[in-house]
Amino acid sequence: MKREPLAPSAGPTSVSPDDLRVRGLNSRQLLRGGDLQGITNPARLEGTELEKYVEESVMTTTLDKAVAWARSNSFFPATFGLACCAIEMMSIVAARVDVARFGFEAFRASPRQADLLILSGRVSIKMAPIVRRIYDQMLEPKWAISMGACCSSTGVFNNYALVPADKFMPVDVHVPGCPPRPEALMHGVLKLRKMVQDDPDMGWRERYGARGTEEVIPSPHATASVPLQGDASGA
Amino acid sequence: MPDATGLELIAQELAGSAPDGEDPVLQTLHFRGRGTLLVRREGIRTVLEQLRGKGYGFLSSVHGVDHYPEEPRLGVIYELLDMARVDRITVKVRVSLDDPHVDSVTPQWPTADHQEREVYDMFGVVFDGHPDLRRILMPEDYEGHPQRRDFPVGGEPVIFTHNENEAMGTEP
Amino acid sequence: MSGQPTMSEYRRREQSITLSPVEEQVDTSQELLTLNFGPHHPATHGVLRLLVTLQGELVRDVKPIIGYVHTGIEKTAEDKAYWKVIPVIERMDYLSYYFNSMAFCGAVETLLEVEVPRRAQYLRVIHMELNRIMSHLVWLGTSALDLGAISMFWYCFREREKILDLFEMSSGQRMHTRYFQVGGVIEDIPDGFAAKLAGFLKEMPGRADQYGALLNKNEIVLQRLRGTCPLDADSLLALGVTGPLLRAAGYPWDLRKADPYCCYEEFDFKIPVGTVGDNYDRYAVRLAEMYESVKIATQALEGLPEGPHITEDRKVALPPRHELATSMEALIHHFKLVTEGFRVPPGEVYFPIESPRGELGCFVRSDGSSKPARVHMRDPSFVNLQATSKMVEGSYIADMIATLAMLDPVLGGIDR
Repeated sequence: MKREPLAPSAGPTSVSPDDLRVRGLNSRQLLRGGDLQGITNPARLEGTELEKYVEESVMTTTLDKAVAWARSNSFFPATFGLACCAIEMMSIVAARVDVARFGFEAFRASPRQADLLILSGRVSIKMAPIVRRIYDQMLEPKWAISMGACCSSTGVFNNYALVPADKFMPVDVHVPGCPPRPEALMHGVLKLRKMVQDDPDMGWRERYGARGTEEVIPSPHATASVPLQGDASGA
Repeated sequence: MPDATGLELIAQELAGSAPDGEDPVLQTLHFRGRGTLLVRREGIRTVLEQLRGKGYGFLSSVHGVDHYPEEPRLGVIYELLDMARVDRITVKVRVSLDDPHVDSVTPQWPTADHQEREVYDMFGVVFDGHPDLRRILMPEDYEGHPQRRDFPVGGEPVIFTHNENEAMGTEP
Repeated sequence: MSGQPTMSEYRRREQSITLSPVEEQVDTSQELLTLNFGPHHPATHGVLRLLVTLQGELVRDVKPIIGYVHTGIEKTAEDKAYWKVIPVIERMDYLSYYFNSMAFCGAVETLLEVEVPRRAQYLRVIHMELNRIMSHLVWLGTSALDLGAISMFWYCFREREKILDLFEMSSGQRMHTRYFQVGGVIEDIPDGFAAKLAGFLKEMPGRADQYGALLNKNEIVLQRLRGTCPLDADSLLALGVTGPLLRAAGYPWDLRKADPYCCYEEFDFKIPVGTVGDNYDRYAVRLAEMYESVKIATQALEGLPEGPHITEDRKVALPPRHELATSMEALIHHFKLVTEGFRVPPGEVYFPIESPRGELGCFVRSDGSSKPARVHMRDPSFVNLQATSKMVEGSYIADMIATLAMLDPVLGGIDR
């Protein structure tokens, strides 16, 4: 993933450290935590460097945000009903809690065309490798909602036959309930939507331990041009 | 439901019907309005055929029980139903763990196919003569027979404050 | 084929599944293809895996492989007190939860020889018949979805929401309500339930008429369901099939009429029976059963007797809360029941009832303690699934999908 820095716009944009955008970037870096080696800290930049830095990051952030908005409003859930929660998942497609209001009614049968896996029901040990295979067949970006108590933990049945979904696949949202009401599942899906909108980089690198695999192209403009989202601690 | 005397009559008629001439019925029990015949495992097929002759033509259920710690430990229970007279009778076979073989009744009663496979899967009772005895509910390469009484229930440990450190592997 | 890749032990064991023998193929252009209808498939109702042997489009053999939703319910039930088993056992056949708990409660009540008050029995009948309607609605919606009549799904689920509103009113939960307890029902129905139920029952036959009007004479439905995959009653009986499948083949066997339990003998209803036993009859029988369930529920509502909603035996059922303030015995009973649970005399009992899919039986073995020693549910779908291969032999794949839909398998019950 390479982020090419944009040529800074020629114009009377004078950026000072008190600028709202700079302050926003500062606080963002603070939230990401600690001193980031190699990352340009906007608090330490001055003058034209600061200007360029702000131009680059604001542009790419906005683009990311736009893409995230589009992605979050068009989840294609995969039809993956396992047990009782599947009936309540069918209820959200039904008329009372209408998932088509949000644009998520296109349940795809093929995992290759889906990006949201709503694990509804108990995952037995015989089914777990198959769920994992379906999840692997889905293309990035993909998200998983663990619906119900049985796949989040083992729910009512704490025994030899079940495995909680967290043990073999990364799950983004857990929806509690046995089975969760359709409104509760809707709340979970909308929470996921908000998560995707707010944080464009949904952390798939973190899930697969692939941090630092971003490809960096040294830019002729900035001093150190490294992806601005998240930390790049070690490869 | 055959009442107690009816049950005894049936047991008497079955006596002497086994291929080796011995009485297949070991015990009769009349409990809560239902009759149960405890049968030796060699005679199970003939007993079921004789009962079919008496009208009990529908094999409702085949399931297993583990009588641990009483011996013989594993039991297979056949529930028969007479649809014409709405009558039910239960036939029971008990085998021990060292020799868990029972004749399969699937050739005569096709409904026992999956049900005997389930008893095999859950308890380990081997049905001789079953066309396709494989595990049905557990994965094919699973080891152990889950429904036995000495098989642990398993599952994840529930993490409370008193065992959270050892469960999560962290230092207190 | 050159160079077979090395197979794992698991795969080798899978290949040991013996398929039924088929006549020698002289015509090599029509070789047999074994296709895997994996557990994840849009048309299988739940996670059912089928190994289908095809000759062109004709199905020569079908081997169902199950166990993908096996939850160890029976093992879990051995670990819990009797009243704690009820929520666990309800989640078995997840479309007919009241029937699961009825079978179990009936078995335990037989062992305990405790009498269920009449009001509780009538309430049980009302809820069970509502559950039957709901299960048939889900079946109809999803089966029509399989056949391609997608809009039926929304109509059926609209009615289902009304039924779930009623369940929520009486017990607080939409599914798996834990409403039936050993000795009766957990709570009496609230005010307004009777009125809402009466309103629903009045409009339900009209809705069922709408479904019939959409599907009964539909050209596509007729072509796909009429005459496809019939099986006669004798083969079905040999395979142990009960329920609407058996009734569609012309054999009028219904446990509610033949061996009445829970006051069913006091209600006047008919049993729809088919003639040919093909898919269309199975569909028609279930559609007609919805009308009959409405009739039973109406009669039960009108004849609802007064009385306690659970047995008065304090050793089995919790005493009402107001007694705990004044009576010491009530407090002790409450404590004993909540901590340890009631003890059941040793014995074995098999209690069969008529669930929407057939004969649902519960076998309970008690060893005298407060936890059951063995709970086995004889699930109707588990036994009915054995009939699949006989039904679809020699028909097309599309007919196989339609037959699976008409079989109404619920994998939770099959796998337990």
